Amino acid sequence: LFSGAARRVGASRRKRRNPAKMPAVSKGDGMRGLAVFISDIRNCKSKEAEIKRINKELANIRSKFKGDKALDGYSKKKYVCKLLFIFLLGHDIDFGHMEAVNLLSSNKYTEKQIGYLFISVLVNSNSELIRLINNAIKNDLSSRNPTFMCLALHCIANVGSREMAEAFAGEIPRILVAGDTMDSVKQSAALCLLRLYKASPDLVLMGEWTSRVVHLLNDQHMGVVTAAISLITCLSQKNPDEFKTCVSLAVSRLSRIVSSASTDLQDYTYYFVPAPWLSCKLLRLLQCYPPPEDGAVKGRLVECLETILNKAQEPPKSKKVQHSNAKNAILFEAISLIIHYDSEPNLLVRACNQLGQFLQHRETNLRYLALESMCTLASSEFSHEAVKTHIETVINALKTERDVSVRQRAADLLYAMCDRSNAKQIVAEMLSYLETADYSIREEMVLKVAILAEKYAVDYSWYVDTILNLIRIAGDYVSEEVWYRVIQIVINRDDVQGYAAKTVFEALQAPACHENMVKVGGYILGEFGNLIAGDPRSSPLVQFNLLHSKFHLCSVPTRALLLSAYIKFINLFPETKATIQEVLRSDSQIRNSDVELQQRAVEYLKLSSIASTDVLATVLEEMPPFPERESSILAKLKKKKGPGVVPVSELEDGKREGGELNGGGDRGPDSSTPSPSADLLGLRSAAPVSAAAPSAGSLLVDVFSESGAGGPAAAVNDDGFLRFVCKNNGVLFENQLLQIGIKSEYRQNLGRMYLFYGNKTSVQFASFSTTVSYPGELQSHILTPLPPVEPLVEGGAQVQQVLNIECITDFSEAPQLNIKFRYGGALQNITLKLPVTINKFFQPTEMAATDFFQRWKQLSQPQQEAQKIFKANHGMDTEVLKAKLLGLGTALLENVDPNPENYVCAGVVQTKSQQVGVLLRLEPNAQAQMYRLTLRSSKDTVSKRLCDLLAEQF
Amino acid sequence: MRFMLLFSRQGKLRLQKWYVPLGDQEKRRLGRELVQTILGRKAKMCSFLEWRDLKVVYKRYASLYFCCAIEEQDNELITLEVIHRYVELLDKYFGSVCELDIIFNFEKAYFILDEFLLGGEAQETSKKSVLKAIEQADQLQEVRAVYLPRPLIPLISQAF
Repeated sequence: LFSGAARRVGASRRKRRNPAKMPAVSKGDGMRGLAVFISDIRNCKSKEAEIKRINKELANIRSKFKGDKALDGYSKKKYVCKLLFIFLLGHDIDFGHMEAVNLLSSNKYTEKQIGYLFISVLVNSNSELIRLINNAIKNDLSSRNPTFMCLALHCIANVGSREMAEAFAGEIPRILVAGDTMDSVKQSAALCLLRLYKASPDLVLMGEWTSRVVHLLNDQHMGVVTAAISLITCLSQKNPDEFKTCVSLAVSRLSRIVSSASTDLQDYTYYFVPAPWLSCKLLRLLQCYPPPEDGAVKGRLVECLETILNKAQEPPKSKKVQHSNAKNAILFEAISLIIHYDSEPNLLVRACNQLGQFLQHRETNLRYLALESMCTLASSEFSHEAVKTHIETVINALKTERDVSVRQRAADLLYAMCDRSNAKQIVAEMLSYLETADYSIREEMVLKVAILAEKYAVDYSWYVDTILNLIRIAGDYVSEEVWYRVIQIVINRDDVQGYAAKTVFEALQAPACHENMVKVGGYILGEFGNLIAGDPRSSPLVQFNLLHSKFHLCSVPTRALLLSAYIKFINLFPETKATIQEVLRSDSQIRNSDVELQQRAVEYLKLSSIASTDVLATVLEEMPPFPERESSILAKLKKKKGPGVVPVSELEDGKREGGELNGGGDRGPDSSTPSPSADLLGLRSAAPVSAAAPSAGSLLVDVFSESGAGGPAAAVNDDGFLRFVCKNNGVLFENQLLQIGIKSEYRQNLGRMYLFYGNKTSVQFASFSTTVSYPGELQSHILTPLPPVEPLVEGGAQVQQVLNIECITDFSEAPQLNIKFRYGGALQNITLKLPVTINKFFQPTEMAATDFFQRWKQLSQPQQEAQKIFKANHGMDTEVLKAKLLGLGTALLENVDPNPENYVCAGVVQTKSQQVGVLLRLEPNAQAQMYRLTLRSSKDTVSKRLCDLLAEQF
Repeated sequence: MRFMLLFSRQGKLRLQKWYVPLGDQEKRRLGRELVQTILGRKAKMCSFLEWRDLKVVYKRYASLYFCCAIEEQDNELITLEVIHRYVELLDKYFGSVCELDIIFNFEKAYFILDEFLLGGEAQETSKKSVLKAIEQADQLQEVRAVYLPRPLIPLISQAF
């Protein structure tokens, strides 16, 4: 049983211990009972046996704790330690906290220590206990016994709760800078403060201590500097100006370390590397600032960086991996700083060469880091060319690395180093890698290839080839954005249309081709099949038969797209009309059980039979060019990788070069109006098709709207939305064409909103329709049935619509209103957030001060409270504030808060399922131009949502 | 650093230290998933991986895996040496440390870690200093537990 566990973990080679024996506890006063218990648990043969043994022990401990006989400190410690062990095994512990707290005030060190450990691991937000714990900590902090002080500081750092910050954030900076504080206590105090600052930055105010904290960088004790610098780095990131004197101190400290001999720093030398931890942290701190302005400081720093680069070339002082890791840790941090400055071409190129060496190192870890670090170097104009020289090595890494995480880095680097000169090579390599790539990274690779192909396309035939290859190789991973984009580009570039038609036609010849290929093929042949129809091998009927041979294997959305391609064929090639009408007329189309397919078949058949050639040609005209916009693929990749991964410059490049590829974006009439939801076809509907009866006009709108499966489009009116949190009437949206006003009234959990749509032009809006959609699960939280509107809005006219709202339970999202209409042939598509917010369902509640504070205290669970501290965005005028708070729907309570500057409000949110009492407190600080807003309610989601909404109002 | 986990080849957690506030459920879920991810990796693979929004650095010593989740801007190589220094400290303290030492004296493993790292940052990197702090504490308790029936305040201050 023990044989695995008894193997030596450590590095030193001493004799192996008898594996069967329970280890003798050599140090400290071991707890025999604890060792026996642990041993028992380890001997349990099954999970059931273990649980049984644990329950027995829990019962035993509970009875001891409840027993009449007072337990001595040792027993208490032992039982608390057992509880801790049980908890760490993964079982819940719901008692023993009080006993642990008792241990804190023991003056036996080990008892205190176990008490603190228990508290650190099993914090309980029980307010009674927190008070006792804080008391014990306070006593230890003022004991002047450094060991006790450290224990107390460790506990604060481990728990890091807001209550602790409130109690100690004022005291700890004093301990940190006091002249008579022991070094070990300073170290703990610095990191303790860091933890409190990370959790509650508003409570840790350095103020007068700032300069003395910065000067800890000069402390003669290396341990103090090592601990303090983590704090200083974090504070510098948030308040760079206040801490900027740290730069010169950090440079001189770094310089002293870098130039010291490997033995100078005694125990702070690690495997012959002087102070590696401190060196890394100094270099990291400097990355919070621009290059030093002072020439002497800068010179000294450049010298340090050069020395670090030089040392990398020296033969190692030890063969141990610890030596090279520590040395290279500093080197990589130095390279990060060089990249951060991005101003020293010489250093950048040296860094690149150094990383180039690592690319072929036998240590996988170094290869990984070199690939990663080079990615950032590639974006610097000074080192971009130097990075490119390593292309063969990186391609080789992509092909041969055995670890997928390393290959991923290689792919990232290829993407980063790509430019016009090497795009064809890199895209080809990435495509060939895709054939065997790990599933986990395929989708991202596809996006990258698509972006590179678009960004660096000089001739569009290459671009079309690349995307079709992508679909062929990794069709399942080609998202909508990718194939939408190729169609956008083909439609906007008339010089590539013939080539695209020919290429998709050829690709479709393959007996098994991916459905995405059918989509692209259907769309492109429907638009541009005529360009290749002259060749008898791709005559109209051959094209049609080829497409139709795929039809039965495709999903409904693809079939819908194909039906649209067929009607386009009837327009392009009158000779196919009879064949296609026959297909449309067949039972499998016209009686298809899918409503969408059936409707298309019926309507297209009718259209093709009754419309004259001229009408048909107008209705089925070639798609107009798409307005220029950021590639949706790039947006997707950014979303996937999170912010910061794709450099901003790339986004701009993408726009610029994408625009070039699009052939200029000033063509479509709708390019001037916001159409955020218009994705590929300008028709991605966010909501289910409106209940309005389809007129001839709306048929046209819908011809190509098969992409309704896409997610709801982002709404454009965040600002407008927020203006309505504290008011009910006003203009919600306005552009050159349309103005939308709202008037709303609420009572209990019901509301009514009048929407006024005004046509600002002199031309009729056709196919006017509106729908309301509900992001996420919102639909189950509020109900807002929307009656249809008249499909025609005359020039200068206004139409009205009434929305009845019922709040079922509390909610956070806003419903979205989607408006579609045709203006002079161009489809307009607008999505807006409707200003229906939870506060609309407030009933004001008047109450006296005593009532208020009693309720305030009752709502003291942490999840019941939401708080934000924020800068004033508007003037802090009292009357305006009051008007806003009243507009919120709560009662504004006068003479309740002891501080007359503060505002307190109370109200009840009425929903169908429950009523939620809410208390609000707004504390302005005119001097700092800040507010602190606190919401307490019996429901956490309500507190949070109200807090989020209101924080934007003042 | 966000958290540090020690676990056996069988996936049993031996030590867990969280430097960010998370619920017990969340800790258990994260721990379980990360342990599975790492145990699924082959030997000789890179010691670093991207996992969710974190960088993970891990190394195996005999039957135990030591694993740290660090922030985007943290240094991977120095984190590897954080792990190694911790192992050295355990080794020195227990005398050729093995997994059993850590199981039976888990509280000591936590105390040593707190002396070395606090709030996820290096507090004291000198091996001597860390061990001295721990030895001092041990002495404090032995003196009390063995020789003196009642705690005497002066003795504590004498210890320094």
